[in-house]
Amino acid sequence: MITVLFVAFAAILVVSSLLVILHRSPLTSALFLVLAFCSLAAIYLLLHAEFIGLVQVVVYAGAIMVLFLFVIMYLNLGHDVESGVTLVLRRGLGWLLGATLVAEGALLIAGRLAPGPATPPALAGAAAGLGNTQQVGLLLYSRYLFPFEITSIILLVAMIGVIVIARGLRAPASAEAQAASAPAVAAAAEEAPGEDA
Amino acid sequence: MIPLSWLLLLSAVLFCIGVVGVLVRRNAIVIFMSIELMLNASNLAFVAFARHLNSLDGQVFVFFVMTVAAAEVAVGLAIIVNLFRLRETVFVDEINLLKG
Amino acid sequence: MNGAPLLWLVPALPLAAVLINLLLGDRLGRRGVGWLACGAVGLSFAWSVLSVLRLAALPEAQRAIVETVYTWMRVGDLSVDVSFLLDPLSAVMILVVTGGGFLIHVYSTGYMAHEPDVRRFFLYLNLFMFAMLTLVLADNFLLMFVGWEGVGLCSYLLIGFWYERPAAAAAGKKAFIVNRIGDFGFLLGMFLLFAWGGTLQFGRLFEIAPHVFEPGGAVITLATLLLFLGATGKSAQLPLHVWLPDAMEGPTPVSALIHAATMVTAGVYMVARTHVLFQLAPVSLEVVAWVGAATALFAATIGLAQNDIKRVLAYSTVSQLGYMFMACGVGAFTAGIFHLMTHAFFKALLFLGAGSVIHAMSDEQDLRRMGGLAARLPWTHGTMLMATLAIAGIPPFAGFFSKDEILASAFASGHAVIWIMGLAGAVLTAFYMFRLYLLTFRGRSRLTPEAEQHLHESPPAMIVPLFVLAVLSVVGGLAGPPLVEGGHPFARWLAPVFASGVHEAGHGGGHAAAPAIPVATEWMLIGLSVLVAAAGIAFAFRAYLWNPETATRLRERLGGVHRALLNKYWVDELYEWTVVRPVYHTARAFWRFWDTKVVDGIVNGVGVTMEGVSAVLRLFQTGFVGTYALLFTLGVIALFLHFLRP
Repeated sequence: MITVLFVAFAAILVVSSLLVILHRSPLTSALFLVLAFCSLAAIYLLLHAEFIGLVQVVVYAGAIMVLFLFVIMYLNLGHDVESGVTLVLRRGLGWLLGATLVAEGALLIAGRLAPGPATPPALAGAAAGLGNTQQVGLLLYSRYLFPFEITSIILLVAMIGVIVIARGLRAPASAEAQAASAPAVAAAAEEAPGEDA
Repeated sequence: MIPLSWLLLLSAVLFCIGVVGVLVRRNAIVIFMSIELMLNASNLAFVAFARHLNSLDGQVFVFFVMTVAAAEVAVGLAIIVNLFRLRETVFVDEINLLKG
Repeated sequence: MNGAPLLWLVPALPLAAVLINLLLGDRLGRRGVGWLACGAVGLSFAWSVLSVLRLAALPEAQRAIVETVYTWMRVGDLSVDVSFLLDPLSAVMILVVTGGGFLIHVYSTGYMAHEPDVRRFFLYLNLFMFAMLTLVLADNFLLMFVGWEGVGLCSYLLIGFWYERPAAAAAGKKAFIVNRIGDFGFLLGMFLLFAWGGTLQFGRLFEIAPHVFEPGGAVITLATLLLFLGATGKSAQLPLHVWLPDAMEGPTPVSALIHAATMVTAGVYMVARTHVLFQLAPVSLEVVAWVGAATALFAATIGLAQNDIKRVLAYSTVSQLGYMFMACGVGAFTAGIFHLMTHAFFKALLFLGAGSVIHAMSDEQDLRRMGGLAARLPWTHGTMLMATLAIAGIPPFAGFFSKDEILASAFASGHAVIWIMGLAGAVLTAFYMFRLYLLTFRGRSRLTPEAEQHLHESPPAMIVPLFVLAVLSVVGGLAGPPLVEGGHPFARWLAPVFASGVHEAGHGGGHAAAPAIPVATEWMLIGLSVLVAAAGIAFAFRAYLWNPETATRLRERLGGVHRALLNKYWVDELYEWTVVRPVYHTARAFWRFWDTKVVDGIVNGVGVTMEGVSAVLRLFQTGFVGTYALLFTLGVIALFLHFLRP
């Protein structure tokens, strides 16, 4: 049952990500990416990573993609016009390299991996009756406390950086720049769950 | 249980799609989106291993990756906006000031 | 480091003056520079005297002080130190060099008083003193060669002192190049000696020489001949004498110091120093004697016809140097060095006197426009008369004793032809020197009106050195009177150096023993020398004072001969056509092909290649991020391949 679900979601994932890179309109690409993220979240759920799966939806699909969509609409981008011989050359080369990479990856995996046990082992911590989120939280605040705090600094730096970059070289920041940076700041501040930085 | 090799294969495919997207597309924003695809591919690998090695450390790692990805997207988009303001274009092959 | 500590001060003091002059010369002013230069040489002279006295205080057998300043190089078998040797021979040399040098420095302050660039002059002059003193004090061939080259360089610099004059610049070049040819011989000789002897240090080499070199063998003969080639170049003997007359383009003090008293004697000194080696090669000694004699006669004949006062003196120098080599060649090294010393006195005096005359005559140098200066320039006249008598070989002046000793040794050693050549040279010397004297100081005045107006005696700075040298010319010979039992004082002084010769008999090696001729013969020889000198003087008086038409008639009758003499036997022209032009054209051809096409081609080619390569490499820098990403991915794929390998 799980396998079937997995295959279905995997198919959606692959197809939508292919469409992301193939579609000419960036807006459509962004929307397909949202679809891809959601199916990925479903796969996470299948893998018993509930917390991660939901965070994926909230942060990636909910905040990051919104940011993307906002910028696309703000810049008013239309369809990509692509032409020229060099373009074809580059495209062809790109596809070729991508295919090579996939093949290599597949070979690597096939050669190195054992199939793994048929029946899943018991989940760690399941006996204690704790949920996934709680377990992740326990781990985060004990063993990974330091990286956790550092991450908050990263976010702070990103916030400052965004404001500085978006403001540009001219001191009087244009109204659009303010409007552009404000949602970015808001979005960045939203996503880190359980954050108090 | 889902075999590990399937998960990893899926991750690889996703990653390579992202690579192709970076190489093939002209639009900077689409390239950025392909980069997000690549990040997600690695996230999938982490979660897969977390499941199969029965440890939650992989999921914690994904947590951090997502946070950093968010920060990165914010900054990157700010740069692209700036670039658009300067050069009136988001197409990377029209920006070659560093040509030697 | 015994007996005479700090021997290195003798060459170091002039060197210090050079450095001070270089760094502070502008601030010292003309007088300051003069004081600095003279002071340095004067102190050097004082220290030399002190050192020689200390040397004399030692017992005769131990009169050789070696002071090592530092180790210059130890490479494989070669071990060379900067060390100075003070023995009776070098003692004579440093006294002559520093003493004469001091007098000439003082003279220069007067002579060069109107010269704007006097600082450079004294710089070069002091540098020369340093090089010359290094040469004579050197303990080994390599250090001597350093001094050898140094004096050659300073000679070039000083001859071409007024470098804006083309003649002076050309003369400087000529001197240096001809010297170089000689130096080539010196170097080769040095190499040979080292290859066979394993050491360049005089003491050690002379000790082992009889054992390492087969007496009379090819190696030692070749080595000494090569060394003599160097001496020929430095001391202006045939065939490398051509630079000395041209060197008269330099200021007169330079001619006096370098081209009369010191540098040109370096060759004689070198032969005397290495006499052990020469005595092992009788063939070389013969060559030395014959070259010396031939040069003496050759140069004397040319001197007869020259009209420039300094040219006459230049050829006279060449001729007298020939006498010194003649002496060394017949084994009478002491006589050679004795003549070197007396010649330094009277030749320096002659040059300085000539300089005084030139100075008085407002730079007129042609004998045909002089005359009757005796009354107007009393001091110059008096001192130059002394010098002329000395060089003509009239007793009891200095030149008589030394020249007579040379002739006697030539006779005693059985070289009859050489003796006759020497005698003929003596006649000619007396003649042309008195010709110079008479044309300059006596007879009718042939001065131009402007010269007549400005005629004045020289300042004290110039007269005092003349006086001192005149005194030395008169009494200097008394250090070596003939017919003294056991050898005269000078010979006794030099005995420790030359007694270590190998072949004592047959060539009269050293003069520790009395000459091997009976006393009666000696007196006869003395009488003969005086007679021929007097004859020469008498003929000169007849031709130039009492009966002036004699000279004109002689010139007309022997017109061809006179032309040959005036043109120095066209030797310079010969060299020009056979050597200089071919070399010049070869050099030009090389330059045209090798330098411009090959060497420049390679260098430019490297540049062009770099440009081409970078033009290709530049294609990678497209400026497109996409291209970079592509290459990036290629790299990743390659990396994966590594992991895929079984």
